[in-house]
Amino acid sequence: MAKKNKWVDLIKDPLNENNPITVQVLGICSALAITVKLMPAIVMALSVMVVVAFSNLIVSLMRNYIPNRIRIIVQLLVVATLVILVDQILKAFAYDVSKQLSVFVGLIITNCIVMGRLEAFALANKPFDSLLDGIGNGAGYGLILIIVAFFRELLGSGTLFDKQVIPQSFYDAGYVNNAMMLLPAMALITVGIVIWVQRSMYPQLTEKE
Amino acid sequence: MDRNSNLYTILFAAVVVTVSAVLLAVAVMVLKPAQERNKRQEKMTDIMYTIGFDQEALTKKAAAEGLKLNYKTIEAYFKKYFLKQYALKSDGTIDKSVNAFDINLKTELKKPENKQRYPIFIADVDGKTYYVIPLYGKGLWDDIWGYIALEQDANTVKGVKFGHKGETPGLGAEITKKWFENQFTGEKIFDKDGTFRGITLLKGNNDPENKDKEDHEIDAISGSTLTSNGVTNMIQERLKHYLPFFKKVRQQKN
Repeated sequence: MAKKNKWVDLIKDPLNENNPITVQVLGICSALAITVKLMPAIVMALSVMVVVAFSNLIVSLMRNYIPNRIRIIVQLLVVATLVILVDQILKAFAYDVSKQLSVFVGLIITNCIVMGRLEAFALANKPFDSLLDGIGNGAGYGLILIIVAFFRELLGSGTLFDKQVIPQSFYDAGYVNNAMMLLPAMALITVGIVIWVQRSMYPQLTEKE
Repeated sequence: MDRNSNLYTILFAAVVVTVSAVLLAVAVMVLKPAQERNKRQEKMTDIMYTIGFDQEALTKKAAAEGLKLNYKTIEAYFKKYFLKQYALKSDGTIDKSVNAFDINLKTELKKPENKQRYPIFIADVDGKTYYVIPLYGKGLWDDIWGYIALEQDANTVKGVKFGHKGETPGLGAEITKKWFENQFTGEKIFDKDGTFRGITLLKGNNDPENKDKEDHEIDAISGSTLTSNGVTNMIQERLKHYLPFFKKVRQQKN
């Protein structure tokens, strides 16, 4: 029973109390760049999840064999290999989305969440736990991405998944899409608001002075 | 073996790198055909867009025939409309040994001038001829490219399609938007005396609504002067090489 709870916690923790974006404040740049539309955000979230989960798993499997002196390079190699795989697969089967994500898929390599989880978790834990930890952190990252992208696409373009949701009558009555929402600055502010809401709901997350 | 020894470290690194390299090489080889198909499909879609068949029109057309819009149908439409594809030499004659569709402008333009071949796609839609010419140039940050379609007088613009690698979102990147591309329709690339003028993107040309179709100008995007200049230069520079061919076309018409 205790073990099962641990597994659930591994997935659940990063969704909220230990969220990589809002609490650990990692991987912010990509969260700002690809949250203009929901679809690319979801694909990006999935890509990051796959990369974190499998690199966690692979590094954890090798953790007793990796020479300590070159462990970072080995981790990077694992991450880079997975990222290139994901990129190539997207180019083959989701060409339009991969064009929108452009360089950001490649930049998953430099996403601090990935290296952070490898160093902090995978090197010291069993493979299955590491896999769950990776899925959890990927999901935590993706959750924030999707929340931010939802508001940015809705308020910035008046659409969701490229389908018009704000009715024409609103525009006729003088409503205008907020073009600011399309710019990275508003993404940062949206992330800030998400952090604010989260911290006021869970006061234990607030730093003590 | 001692895990901190140099030999172990080197061996470990060698094994890991080899595994990774083999994995990636296999993946790239397996996925290559699908990726190439995507690129060809995009190219065909872009070219057809310039003569008035955008994604929506194509989807409707396919649906009316009980088909789905996929690689096969797009290729079928492309072959149906674009009966002629030429690779032109700089004097306007046709080089039959080169397949125009396979010319990659980016690499082509690095060749010496007399070796360069200029692709042109000639469409026949319900008796009307269109000339589609691929474009390639430099924007502010990186490459920009596109296609421009001319009507059968080889003068009036039918439509354009632009793409870019890394122009600023909201500013330079707007060149790929419909509202911008639509401005080109109806513009002329030659003036009344038959001199080649191209199309200039200009701010403050006293014609923001773009009603004057004879001025060889369209309204540039505010805040993206360098991307706009890039588009102007790209059109000027690329079309210039087709002038001998256009001349022949016009002579034949008269």
